[in-house]
Amino acid sequence: MWLYILKRALQGIITVWFIATATFFAMHNVPGDPLTNDRAMTETTRANLESKYGLDQPITTQYLIFLRNLSRGDFGISFVQENREVNDIIREHFPVSAILGVLAVVFAAIGGVLFGALTALYRNRLPDYLIMFLVILGISVPSFVVAALGQLSLVSLNTLMGFTVLPVAGWGTVMHMLVPALVLGLSTMAYLTRLMRSSMLEVTSSDYVRTAKSKGVPPTRIFTRHQLRNAILPVVTVLGPAIAAITTGGFVVELVFAIPGLGRYFVEAVQQLDYTVIMGTTVFYGAFLVFMVILVDVVYGFIDPRVRLDL
Amino acid sequence: MSESSLNPVSRDDGFVRSVGGQLAKFAAYAMVGLALVIYLLSLVAGEAGSTISGNAIDYENNAITIALREEPPQLDANRATDASSNVVLAHVMEGLLGYDIDAQLVPGVAERYEIREDGATFWLREDALWSDGMQVTARDFVFSWKRTLDPETASQYAFILYPIKNAEAINRGELPVATLGVRAASDRILEVDFERPTPYFDKLVAYLTYFPVREDFYNSTNGRYGADADMLVYNGAYVLTDWVHGSTMRWVKNDKYWNRENKGFLDEIRTAYITQDINAKLNLFKDGQIVDTHLLSPMLPTAMEQRWQIDRSMDGSVFYLEFNHRDDRITRNKNFRRALQLAQDPNELVYKVLKEPSYLPGVSLFPAWLAGVSESFQKEYPPVQHQINVEKAREHLELARQELGIEEFPPLIMLAGDTPIGLLSAEYYQQLFRKHLGLEFLIDVQIFKQRLEKMRRGDFDVVLSGWGPDYNDVLTYGDLFSSWNLQNRGRYSSQEMDALIRIAQSELDPQKRMDAFGDIQHLLYEDVVILPMYERGISFVVDPRLKGFRRRSVGPEVDYNYAYIEQSSD
Repeated sequence: MWLYILKRALQGIITVWFIATATFFAMHNVPGDPLTNDRAMTETTRANLESKYGLDQPITTQYLIFLRNLSRGDFGISFVQENREVNDIIREHFPVSAILGVLAVVFAAIGGVLFGALTALYRNRLPDYLIMFLVILGISVPSFVVAALGQLSLVSLNTLMGFTVLPVAGWGTVMHMLVPALVLGLSTMAYLTRLMRSSMLEVTSSDYVRTAKSKGVPPTRIFTRHQLRNAILPVVTVLGPAIAAITTGGFVVELVFAIPGLGRYFVEAVQQLDYTVIMGTTVFYGAFLVFMVILVDVVYGFIDPRVRLDL
Repeated sequence: MSESSLNPVSRDDGFVRSVGGQLAKFAAYAMVGLALVIYLLSLVAGEAGSTISGNAIDYENNAITIALREEPPQLDANRATDASSNVVLAHVMEGLLGYDIDAQLVPGVAERYEIREDGATFWLREDALWSDGMQVTARDFVFSWKRTLDPETASQYAFILYPIKNAEAINRGELPVATLGVRAASDRILEVDFERPTPYFDKLVAYLTYFPVREDFYNSTNGRYGADADMLVYNGAYVLTDWVHGSTMRWVKNDKYWNRENKGFLDEIRTAYITQDINAKLNLFKDGQIVDTHLLSPMLPTAMEQRWQIDRSMDGSVFYLEFNHRDDRITRNKNFRRALQLAQDPNELVYKVLKEPSYLPGVSLFPAWLAGVSESFQKEYPPVQHQINVEKAREHLELARQELGIEEFPPLIMLAGDTPIGLLSAEYYQQLFRKHLGLEFLIDVQIFKQRLEKMRRGDFDVVLSGWGPDYNDVLTYGDLFSSWNLQNRGRYSSQEMDALIRIAQSELDPQKRMDAFGDIQHLLYEDVVILPMYERGISFVVDPRLKGFRRRSVGPEVDYNYAYIEQSSD
């Protein structure tokens, strides 16, 4: 198993290197650079800034310097936030995104499994129709709409109650997190519900469930031991990438709810061509995603004894 | 056999009932678990940069809560270029001169001043103090200005100090910094020599690049000057006490500020939110969390439903179609430009297409709010009354075609930004020129920096461009189309224009100087250098309990320096 992990880790490093290289060259090919500003610069100022940031070097040299710094885990200083290191930006703002993401995933996982089991249990009856209708909504309505609606309903709720039940935006307490996390986790929850439902239905009609039932095993035991445990496997498979996707994909939610997460820096850096921040966040997110995928594969081996990791 | 009979489990009501019970139990466990997770997360979250919460108006602490559009990159006045830094710095710093509530120039750190043909003298007030209690001296200005011009600093706004003697040469690295024409004759007397007569120098020193920086403090920050709340020393009406990056700031009344009787009435201003999402800001305002927000036209019905008092102000900037005057471009042909000019009407753009009630149709490069000699510039020098005339436009287009010696016009490139208003305007002009003149324009939509880079390279035929003022003088627009201005991205060049701009820069007689601007305005029209589109305005709402709040055309876009909370009558 250690060999397997090692192998996957090496593959992961190559993937991240590939992401970094592709991003680096794509970014430098876009017209303009971080120094472009709406007040035109004199040639001298531009030259000074270019030499200060090493932008006067040939692109291959810049790439090699970048790789060398990357190997030391140093992404340099942001072009826009001139006194902040990219590492500091990640360190300060990723935890916010991570907390929000974890909560969103917890919402999504609990909701997905419970609702999925419920729909399977009440198949073709009212709870099933109702939940599946909401699932379709959750999957098809984009998050910026859900976020805006969520915020709007908070405003209405607060107006109705006459005091602040839940804050409309901001960050810091549990109250700030609930609605953004719910919005962020909604589409994943919907997806997991559907997945859980189909996987439950498959298990429900399987031979071992029928056998268990016919030999008189109590229903709750059939449900938990035979159905739920087997049906939950596909859910675990998608959970890893989902964690990464949710944690990194919260830009819209962070913007709408004024949350100081990393997603905002990720997107704004691209708009502002802030080279160092683009590279830092991309490599970080890439590495995070790769790590989660590997982690899930390893965890899978523990949950399902049929999967063996001795390749 | 039907499908359901294959699957006996689903028909077994007893099974469903007991399993349903089990599921409910799981749900209950999950809720408990969830509560635990949330509790743990909240413990961590407190450390990961929490926002300050508080109502828009906090009577008890005499405080207000506001939202910032963006995080200031840093608060080093010598290098700041963006609107958010400008807003924060205008509250925590003060220059030699400043603006009063009605945007009139008033004394700041300097109690009086004198501008001569060859230079200026500023007498600093004795009671102007830094927030740590030390006196603001003339040396702090000398240090700041020298540092800005030092090529090492690479300040992007260094050009605004060029009227000072040797400034430009120093910034180019041709002269040592010590040769800059500024001296501290004593702690309280600042002497400036000019490169050329600069009658508008008083308006320049109110700009943030001219703000003072104290040398000993600067050195103590180890290159992190302006990076954090404790990496700055303040001399404005407020001081920054907290700055959680990307999240919140706290501005607290500066009890060392000399003019605290007349400026800085609030004990605290909390910038609790940083978001560009205008809908989020509207929701925060609706919920009573922030004191002001601006509105886009789709939001106006909501605002009216709520019976809010909607205010309007000009944000200072002017937008226009800029032509590429480089040699190889069709847009170099004056008849061609005239044809486009005659085929369009800014009134239609503003009133029928953009429908932003706070916008004004563009009539000139010089916006309506600029002052002339004694009253508004546009009143003293009325711009040419423009009339759409498609007939004449077609004649000019035909002339252009003959002059250029071409069969028909190839498709031209119209460079535009990716904002909704930018796109709408570009599409309007595209269909307008197609309909009236049979010209094909390809819209090249670029995000901000890419658009600027393409403008710099001259990679366009026409570009939707704009300009916001740096200082409160016609010249902030007036020199845009001089042949030496780097901002002149269409490379328009005419000796007549250059001569007029020289006069506008250096003429000491206000009347003659304004006449030059009048001539520039006329020439811009006659030579069709640009086509004015609109002057941008802003609709906004303010909490009725807050008085003295201003939005500015020049300087910080929002100004709380004179804001105070009206105590309720009971």
